[in-house]
Amino acid sequence: MFDTLSNRLQGAFQKLRGKGRLSEDDVKEAMREIRRALLEADVHYSVAKDFVDRIRERAIGQEILQSLSAAQQVVKIVNDELVELMGQSQAKLNRSSKSPTVVLMVGLQGAGKTTMSAKLARHLMLTEHRRPLLVAADVYRPAAIDQLQALGKQIGVSVFAPGTSVSPQEIARTALDEARRGGYDYVIIDTAGRLHVDESLMAELTEIDQITSADEILLVIDAMTGQDAVTVADHFHQQLKLTGVVLTKLDGDTRGGAALSVRHVTGCPVKFVGVGEKLDALEPFYPDRMASRILGMGDVLTLIEKAQASIDEQQVMQLEAKIRKNEFTFDDFLAQLQQIQKMGPLNQILGLLPGIGKIKQLQNESVDDRQLKKVEAIILSMSKEERIKPELISKSSSRRLRIASGSGTHVRDVNQLLRQFEDMRKLMKQLSGMGKSMKGLGGPGGGLGGLGGLPGSMKGGPGAFAGGFGKRGKKRR
Amino acid sequence: MGLFDKLKLGLAKTRRAFSDRVEMVLRRRRIDEDVFEELEDALLSADVGLDTTGFLLDRLTKEARREKLETADQLIPVLRREIHAIVAARTDSVKSVSDSMTSLYYDQNGLTVVLVVGVNGVGKTTTIGKLAYALKQEGKRVMVAAGDTFRAAAIEQLSVWADRAGVDIIKQTTGSDAAAVIFDAIEAAKARRADVLLCDTAGRLQNKAHLMDELEKIYRVIAREVPGAPHETLLVLDATTGQNAIIQAKLFQDVAKVTGIVLTKLDGTAKGGVVIAIGKELKIPVKWVGLGERLEDLQPFSADDFATALFDSLS
Repeated sequence: MFDTLSNRLQGAFQKLRGKGRLSEDDVKEAMREIRRALLEADVHYSVAKDFVDRIRERAIGQEILQSLSAAQQVVKIVNDELVELMGQSQAKLNRSSKSPTVVLMVGLQGAGKTTMSAKLARHLMLTEHRRPLLVAADVYRPAAIDQLQALGKQIGVSVFAPGTSVSPQEIARTALDEARRGGYDYVIIDTAGRLHVDESLMAELTEIDQITSADEILLVIDAMTGQDAVTVADHFHQQLKLTGVVLTKLDGDTRGGAALSVRHVTGCPVKFVGVGEKLDALEPFYPDRMASRILGMGDVLTLIEKAQASIDEQQVMQLEAKIRKNEFTFDDFLAQLQQIQKMGPLNQILGLLPGIGKIKQLQNESVDDRQLKKVEAIILSMSKEERIKPELISKSSSRRLRIASGSGTHVRDVNQLLRQFEDMRKLMKQLSGMGKSMKGLGGPGGGLGGLGGLPGSMKGGPGAFAGGFGKRGKKRR
Repeated sequence: MGLFDKLKLGLAKTRRAFSDRVEMVLRRRRIDEDVFEELEDALLSADVGLDTTGFLLDRLTKEARREKLETADQLIPVLRREIHAIVAARTDSVKSVSDSMTSLYYDQNGLTVVLVVGVNGVGKTTTIGKLAYALKQEGKRVMVAAGDTFRAAAIEQLSVWADRAGVDIIKQTTGSDAAAVIFDAIEAAKARRADVLLCDTAGRLQNKAHLMDELEKIYRVIAREVPGAPHETLLVLDATTGQNAIIQAKLFQDVAKVTGIVLTKLDGTAKGGVVIAIGKELKIPVKWVGLGERLEDLQPFSADDFATALFDSLS
């Protein structure tokens, strides 16, 4: 359904080859594509319009840099502008000079306020070494208080919950006393979800703000929100003077254009994003990554970080040496497989790669972690000797049969893996002849280029994984 | 207040926001490129989505030429007709199998099982509470199964709703196997001769393979225990959701054969245009709309009312 902006622009600029400068007509078509990308990402249509106008001004008359194609160059301008719009650097949580700091969590129903409150509390406690107090002020939704209490218990944070018979205003007031008495330095108030057009409930929030003089009022917004994000954010901001935004459910496959709309309307920075149901699934907000995501350009930075966090550099070095000497065995392959799996679900990893969305659609592949498991099982069913000398298996049908039954697969699966392994070895031989190109994840031309072949190879085994992830050349952007 | 009025009230904001723009765009102007561009904006701002918007505009262009329309406001009835055609086609297609105003398919001879699915925070549990109440008002014997064993206090939440609606609930503790809970609930529903069993499930993002696998398992268990079940799989969609709603519908349809959509939170300013996009691309009917937090705030979706309400102020 979604094509990447870079691919589309590439098409729009085909006829441009050889020109040194972008003309107005060239730019016009490109702008249509940019607008399309933004709208598909749920950026508000008027925000998209303003944005495109600004880009147009910047793009017309631009010299085409030697190193970049016209399409790449426009994408770069768009990307820069997006990052700027979303706030250059990441913003931290406010802190009051006078303890406790009061954080008010507000938003529509189902945005994820209660879960996010617990995640923030956990973050404050573990990474900033604070003593947070969670406050259950949602007296309307059935079992909302139970939910916050259960979460508090999981993370070991106290929950102040006087119950549903007390007004939220009163709960907020007494929570402050409780925090001072108990020596808590952060008070996180979980309020009930409400519609921005519900006047009495919005007034309730204003009162809680006045009572607690909150230092931070965070609008919790679902990353999947559509065009209405602008209206919602605007109403909340008008009434409450928001200080920040938290984006939830960003682990879905939404492009999250709501982030841009909300930022545009409120001018408030996005401070955190929620990326999963577990309570440690909280990340700081990176404007540059969000920009790539909205444009459908993948999120290479996150991928590199994931790779760096889960891959053992020494192992990579050894592997590189082996590949050079053409000694790559099934044991090495297995080790690599396991490293890949440590990076997280394959789907998620692929989602971070530029252009993959499109390839997946084209081939209608379901990228499945079980395929990896299957390959792993086959290798584990080989003897030590067989793993080093795969030709033993190719020569003997009884070995193949044994491996197939040992791994619960079919002989054809074993054959397929053997074939792919052989192809991979050949490819490696060629690549290692090219020297430097093997050096890890350096840039799109290096390791990532190798990964580009990944979805196609998923039917049988992760052949293209052999590219290897290195640590060198990481911060290239 | 009648059902129709209530739906209209809930849609009033939708209608106003949408129609105001359409009206502004179309009144007494000659049909030119600008008109279409602005009309495009109006549809996009209602979350109709690019593809469906493109489709509608193509149709408009053709009709305008064929009927030799001159001023822009003549386009309104055409646009309404087109949208109605997309939305109504879907609801008509399921009329043959429903036996009541709630447009839910019932097994006449035994237990009807309804599976309720969706991403996190769309209002599945609340919808089940309201649905249980509505079906009970129709005289059905209703039971609910607390299949969200993941989220903290989801079971307690459903218990409160079951209490309010006055129906039995089958539950285990948080962390137990969801398919096992549903299995038990089916056994209990058979033993107690219930007419309808409503099965809650944990919210899951459609791109999480393992969670979708779990849902598939739940589906299999239901299909094995009751022939022909689940008779309905209702996908709950939040009306504020943008284009991601279409992917949600697609992927949930793949795993759990969605038979209908419940569009929740339509009482806000969200325009619900995603309904049109889903109708066009997936042909899944919208069966109910959620218009508030009270027991009775769930209403059957009516294509007629929807299309009419959307353009009320224009004609």
